[in-house]
Amino acid sequence: MTRRMPLFVVLIAVLCVLSGVFPQPGGPAPAVTAFGRLPVLSEGRMKPLDSVARSTLLVIQGRQRVMTPDDREITPDEWLLDVLFFPEKADTYRVFVVDNTDLLSLIGKNDDNLKIHYEKTSDQIAALVGIISSSQRRMSFNEIAPYLSQIEAQEKLADPVPPQSRTRFQAAVVQLYGNLSHYLRLRRALIPEGGKDFLGELLRLRENLSDGVAAVQAKEAGKPYDEAKASALIAEGQKFVAMAESTDLLAIPPDDDVADPNEWHNAGHALLETFGKGDINPSVLAYAGMGYAWRQNQPASFEHIVRLYGTSLERRFDRQVRKTRIETVFNSAEPFYACMMIYLAAFLFAALSWLKWPEPARLSAFGLVGLGWVLATAGIATRMWLEGRPPVTNLYSSALFIGWGSVGLCLILEATHRNAIGSAAAGMIGFATLLIAHHLALAGDTLEMMRAVLDSNFWLATHVVVVVTGYASTFLAGMLAVIYILRGVFTRTLDKATADALARMIYGIVCFATLFSFVGTALGGIWADQSWGRFWGWDPKENGALIIVLWNALILHARWGGLVRQRGLVCLAIFGNIVTSWSWFGTNMLGIGLHSYGFTEAAFWWLSAFIALQLALIGIANLPLDRWRSFRA
Amino acid sequence: MITDYLRQVRSVFVSLRLTVVLIALSIVLVFWATLAQVHLGVWGVQQKFFHSFFVYEGLGELRMPVYPGGYLIGGLLLLNLLSAHIYRFKAGWRKSGIWIAHAGLILLLLGELASGLLQRDYQMRLEEGQTKNYSESSRRNELAIIDATDPGFDDVVAIPESLLASGTVVQNPRLPFRVVSKGYVPNSEIRVRSDVPNAPPSPATAGMGPMVAVVPLEVTYKEDERNLPSAFVELVGPDGSLGTWVVSTGLGNPQTFPYAGRSWKIVMRPERHYQPFSLTLEKFSHDIYPGTDIPKNFSSRVRINTPDGGPGREVLIYMNNPLRYAGLTYYQAGFEPNDRTTILQVVRNPSWLVPYISCGAIALGLVIQFLMHLAGFARGRRA
Repeated sequence: MTRRMPLFVVLIAVLCVLSGVFPQPGGPAPAVTAFGRLPVLSEGRMKPLDSVARSTLLVIQGRQRVMTPDDREITPDEWLLDVLFFPEKADTYRVFVVDNTDLLSLIGKNDDNLKIHYEKTSDQIAALVGIISSSQRRMSFNEIAPYLSQIEAQEKLADPVPPQSRTRFQAAVVQLYGNLSHYLRLRRALIPEGGKDFLGELLRLRENLSDGVAAVQAKEAGKPYDEAKASALIAEGQKFVAMAESTDLLAIPPDDDVADPNEWHNAGHALLETFGKGDINPSVLAYAGMGYAWRQNQPASFEHIVRLYGTSLERRFDRQVRKTRIETVFNSAEPFYACMMIYLAAFLFAALSWLKWPEPARLSAFGLVGLGWVLATAGIATRMWLEGRPPVTNLYSSALFIGWGSVGLCLILEATHRNAIGSAAAGMIGFATLLIAHHLALAGDTLEMMRAVLDSNFWLATHVVVVVTGYASTFLAGMLAVIYILRGVFTRTLDKATADALARMIYGIVCFATLFSFVGTALGGIWADQSWGRFWGWDPKENGALIIVLWNALILHARWGGLVRQRGLVCLAIFGNIVTSWSWFGTNMLGIGLHSYGFTEAAFWWLSAFIALQLALIGIANLPLDRWRSFRA
Repeated sequence: MITDYLRQVRSVFVSLRLTVVLIALSIVLVFWATLAQVHLGVWGVQQKFFHSFFVYEGLGELRMPVYPGGYLIGGLLLLNLLSAHIYRFKAGWRKSGIWIAHAGLILLLLGELASGLLQRDYQMRLEEGQTKNYSESSRRNELAIIDATDPGFDDVVAIPESLLASGTVVQNPRLPFRVVSKGYVPNSEIRVRSDVPNAPPSPATAGMGPMVAVVPLEVTYKEDERNLPSAFVELVGPDGSLGTWVVSTGLGNPQTFPYAGRSWKIVMRPERHYQPFSLTLEKFSHDIYPGTDIPKNFSSRVRINTPDGGPGREVLIYMNNPLRYAGLTYYQAGFEPNDRTTILQVVRNPSWLVPYISCGAIALGLVIQFLMHLAGFARGRRA
C-alpha cells in the first residue's frame, strides 16, 4: 500500500487542480461566463470584465466571494452584472469591509448592531470560540449610503495628510471613500443613475433623434421650435455628460474606422457622439440590451446579445480577445491558490517522512513540490504572456518569483540529497511566498501597467530577475537553517550525517546567493547609470540589496576565517531571513526614494512578527547542546 | 619588543576577523543611513554617513563622533584587503577567483571614493523654445552681482552661499565695493512687510529691503522641497555704505541699482554651472495610459547648439535614454504640470566607467570561485 502512496498523492492533487480549470455543474450560466470574457480597457490595459470584477472585489472587500442577503453565493461576474445593470440589488450586497472602530461608529455601527445572530446552537458555539465570525465586518452600500456626506467630509480632512503619517482612522476613511467611489464609478459605467429602462430610453431617443436635433438647432438659431422635443433631447444630453464624467471604465470600442486600440472610450462619451453622428453607438446599445435582459431575467435573450456582441468584438480584436479569454480561464483556475495548498501538503509529507514511512512520504513530498512548481511555472508564464513583460514587474510578482526560484533550487537539492529537506524547505517557502502574494493582490490589479521610469524590458529581465533570485536563495539558506534548528532541538531525527549535509547545503546556497545578489545589485547600478547618470544613489531599495550582499559576504568570510562553525553558520543564515525581508518590504515602508512603489501598511505588523520569530529561533539555536533532543549522547 | 608589536598590528590588519567586523560595521552604517533618510533626505545622508570619516551625533552644539563613517570603514577595508593579499600572496589557480573578485572590489571602493569627490549634480529647466547654456544646482545657491551696463553682455561675480553664511567680507577686483554679509537665514519665506505686523525691524535699507519681511523657516531635507535662503547684504564703497539689500532665492527677479556710472543687478539664485554649448528644448511630450494617470513615458526633444554656430544636432532624451555630451549626462527627471517645461537632471561623473569594470571583475571572480567549489563538491560526492 505505502509503496503506491506517492502515485496516489500526486494523482489526487492533479485531479484537484484540473477541477478548477473546467466548469462545474451548478456553476453560473455559460452566458454569464461569456459576459465576463468581454474585453474592456481599464487601468490602462485591455482586460476581461471578469478581471475588473475580481480586482474590484479584492480591493473593496479582500475576497472574491460575494454573498447575497439571502445567503446565496454568487460569482464575481454575477456581482458585476448586478452592479452594472441592477444597482438596486447590488446595493444590498455586503461587499465593503470596515474594520476601524472609529469609522464604524461614524456610520452608526457598534458592537450590538454588528453582532451576527445565529439560529443553530452549533453555530452559536462556533461563533463564540471564533471558528466563524461573530460580528459583521462587511457592509452593503445601502447601509453606508445615509452617511456618505460624513464620510466625504472626513476624507477631505484626511486626504492632505501624507499616507505614512495618517492615523488608523484617517487611513481607513480614505480607503473606504476610495472604495465607495470605485464602486460608484462601476455603477454608472453603462447606465445612468436611476436608468431602470435604459434600453427603452435609448430606443425612444433613436426614434425622435432627427426631430429633436432639428428642434435644438432651430432653438439655437432663434427660429420657432418644438419645446418638448428640444428639452427632452437636452435632458438626455445632460444625463450622458454626467455618465461620461463619472466613470473610468472604457467599455466602448473605437469606431470601425479607427485603428488605434487606445481610442476606447466610456459609454457616456460614446453616447454624446449620438447627436453629431445621428445614430446611437451599437456597443452602448448592446450593453443596454444585456442590461434589459439581465434585469428582466430573460436568460435566452441575454445569452443571444452577449454572443452577438462578443463575436463582433472577436472579429475586430481577435488577438486581444484571445488574451482576455485566457485571462478569464486563468482567473477562475486560480493556479496560485492550488499551488499554495500543494506546497502545504508537500511540507506535511516531508515532515512525515522523518517520522514514519521515510521513502514513500519523501517521494510523495517530492512529487507534490514538482507538481506545484510546474503549476507555478505555468501561472508565471501565463502572466508574462498576458503582460508581454519579464516575470517581475511589481511587489506581487516578486513574491511569486521568489517562491518559484527558491522551490526550483529546492528541487535540485532534493534530487541530489534525497533526504526530504529540500521538499520541506520548498513547502515552507512556497506556501509563505504565495500567502504573501495573496495579500499583496488586495492592492488591486496585479497586471498593472508599468510607470515610465520602470518601463524597460531589458533591465526588468536582467537586474530585477537576478536580484530577486538573490533574495530567493538567501531566504532558502535561512529556511534550511530553520529546518536544522527545528529538527535538532525538537526531534531526535537530526543525526551527524544529516546535520553535515544540511550545513553543506546552507553553505552552497549562501555562495549562490552572494553571486546572484551581487550581480543583481551591480546590474541595478548599471541601469541607474544608464538612466539617471549615476551608478549608486544610496536609495533605500539599493541599500537593502547592498545589505543582503554584505550579509552573505559576512557569512562566507566568517566561515572561511573559522570564526563560526556549524551552529554559527546556521544562526547567521537565519539572520539572513531578517535582512532579506527588511530589504524586500521594510525599505518600501519608509515611503521614500525612487523604488517606493509598494503598498505596505498592514505588512508592518507581519514583518515585525517575522523578525521576532527569527530572533527567537536564533535564541533557541543557542541553547546548550545537551538541551537539544538530537545530538544527545 | 617593537617587532612583536608590529607583528601583532600586522596580524590584526591581515585577519579575516577584521574583515568580518568591518562588513558588520558597514551593514549597520547602511541600515542606519537608510532609516535616517526619512528625515535627512538622500543628500544629507550621503554627507553625514558616507562621505565622512565619522558619523557625528549630539545634542545642540555638542557634536560627538559616535560611529565610523563611510570613508573610515571603506579605507580600513581597503587596507585590510591590500595587506591580506600582499602578506598571503601565493600564486596559483586555486585562489584566482578570489583574487579577481578582490581586485574588482578594491577598484570599486576607489571608484566610489572618486565619484563621491568628483560627482556633481545640477538641474536644467527648459520651457519649449527656450535656450540655456547653464544648469543650476538643486541645493547650493549663490549671490550674483552683475554689471549689466552693456545690454549685450553681463559681467557676473558669483559669491557662494557659504561665504554669506560665514559672514566673510568679500572684496573682488571686478567690483567697486566690498560685500558684507549682515545676516543669513538658511530657509525662509519672503512676505510683504505690512502682512507681518509683528516682524522685527529689518536691517535692509535699499531696494526691496524695507518693503519685505524675512520669516525664518525650518531647514527642509525633503526630496521635493527646497530651501529658500535669504541674506542681508551691505555694499560698502570707498566713500561709505551704499545701503543694505535683502537678497533671497524667494524673491525672484534681480534688484537693480546704479553706482559709479554703471548699472548693477544683485540677486540670490541657484548656483549656476555654465557650459560651452547651449540646449534648446524643441518639444516636450508626455503620455499617460488611457483612462488612468499613470505616466507611460515622457521625453524631451532638444537641440545641441555648439559655439561653432552650426545647425546643431537634435537628440531625444527619454526615460532610460539620457544624453551624454561633453562629460555631462542629461537625463529626463521630470516635468512641470503645464506640460511644456521639462526638468533635466545634469550629472558630471568622470569616474562613471569604474563600476562597470570593477563589478565585471567581481562577478567573474565569484563565478570562477564558486564553480571550483561546485566541481570539488561534485568530485567529493562521486568519490
